[in-house]
Amino acid sequence: MSAITHHIPDAMLAAYAAGNLPHAFAVVVASHVSLCEQCRVALEAHQAVGGAVLEEIAAVAVSSSLKNDILAQLDAPFRPEPVYERNGIYPGPVIEALKGRAPRWKKLGMGVRQDILTADTNGSVRLLYIPPGQAVPDHSHSGLELTLVLQGSFSDETGRFGVGDLEIADEDLEHTPIADDGEACICLAATDARLRFRALVPRLLQPLFQI
Amino acid sequence: MSQSNIEISEQTQWMIAVRDNRDRAAFAALFDFFAPRLKGFMMRSGLSAHQAEEIVQDVMLTIWRKAAMFDPHRAQVSAWIYQIARNRQIDIARKERRPMPEELKEEPGTEADASQILGLEQEAGRLKQALTKLKPEQREMIEKAYLGELTHQEISAQTGLPLGTIKSRIRLGLERLRHELKDLKQ
Ligand SMILES: [Zn+2]
Repeated sequence: MSAITHHIPDAMLAAYAAGNLPHAFAVVVASHVSLCEQCRVALEAHQAVGGAVLEEIAAVAVSSSLKNDILAQLDAPFRPEPVYERNGIYPGPVIEALKGRAPRWKKLGMGVRQDILTADTNGSVRLLYIPPGQAVPDHSHSGLELTLVLQGSFSDETGRFGVGDLEIADEDLEHTPIADDGEACICLAATDARLRFRALVPRLLQPLFQI
Repeated sequence: MSQSNIEISEQTQWMIAVRDNRDRAAFAALFDFFAPRLKGFMMRSGLSAHQAEEIVQDVMLTIWRKAAMFDPHRAQVSAWIYQIARNRQIDIARKERRPMPEELKEEPGTEADASQILGLEQEAGRLKQALTKLKPEQREMIEKAYLGELTHQEISAQTGLPLGTIKSRIRLGLERLRHELKDLKQ
């Protein structure tokens, strides 16, 4: 596996640490951090800033009973949070978004397949399967799109993206990502708006394909 | 960790005592320090005193229950608690679990490395100093960003982040992580 060269921008990591990224993007950021040492420690640095803010914030006295209420609950039974482990090419946060199931690929044409993990008005997260040499359907963005490579690689006007690399595309970028030769390219893609496919799929069909 | 234990901050010692010995007195000490700050933190982000205390309770219980995940070589106590606090706030507000990266598990029985822990604490001290030295409006921006009041577009438009401090913190973290991963691979 070649080294990751496309990382999460600092402001996005800060917003993620502060919990202020749209859910769809947070899935991608959490997945990239699972694969990338550099962004993991950068995230830890942002958490340290958050910790400093917490320590320096004006304290507000708590009610007198709170401490004893909490101490009394220390032995109470509780349900541990589920832990989602990496499975093959899929990092833990993707397994969580898949709810532990295997991807259910739906054909999009030209050998391209997708599995929509979540989609609502705030955006969507999906897995994309692109055969070698095949282009991701030509599209423009109405919002921001994050694409994380999980297997294989793709190239577009801005460079080459291998496993772990994250591409961030905004409204201004009209790009044509093409899967490189070799293994099929599998990506995790998130948008904070619905994608508008310019030519291939008429807008009327968008709700049908959910793309 | 023996002699150098004295130099490690009280907070870290309390947290390690909670983690390793389920020490209730140490937990109470953590409560005394963090609960009023957590309440202030929650109220700054617009919660009522009552709602804030509910989340404080939730966060403190999570600290107790997830103590095994605390690794002083990688996180300052306040940083660890900050992330728990933001997660709880978001989980409750959005009623869905916030996506989190895979946890790196420390090998059981890993020898504590006091110099690494101290290094992180010194970094954290520098960070806090940098914060207090900021102009009031810059500091307000930082607080807003880390309270989750700014979008990433708004954060990237800000230049007031103490980036130099973050960079050396990143370097320190990277050294440790590479060291840990090397141990894991052996
Ligand atoms: Zn990265």
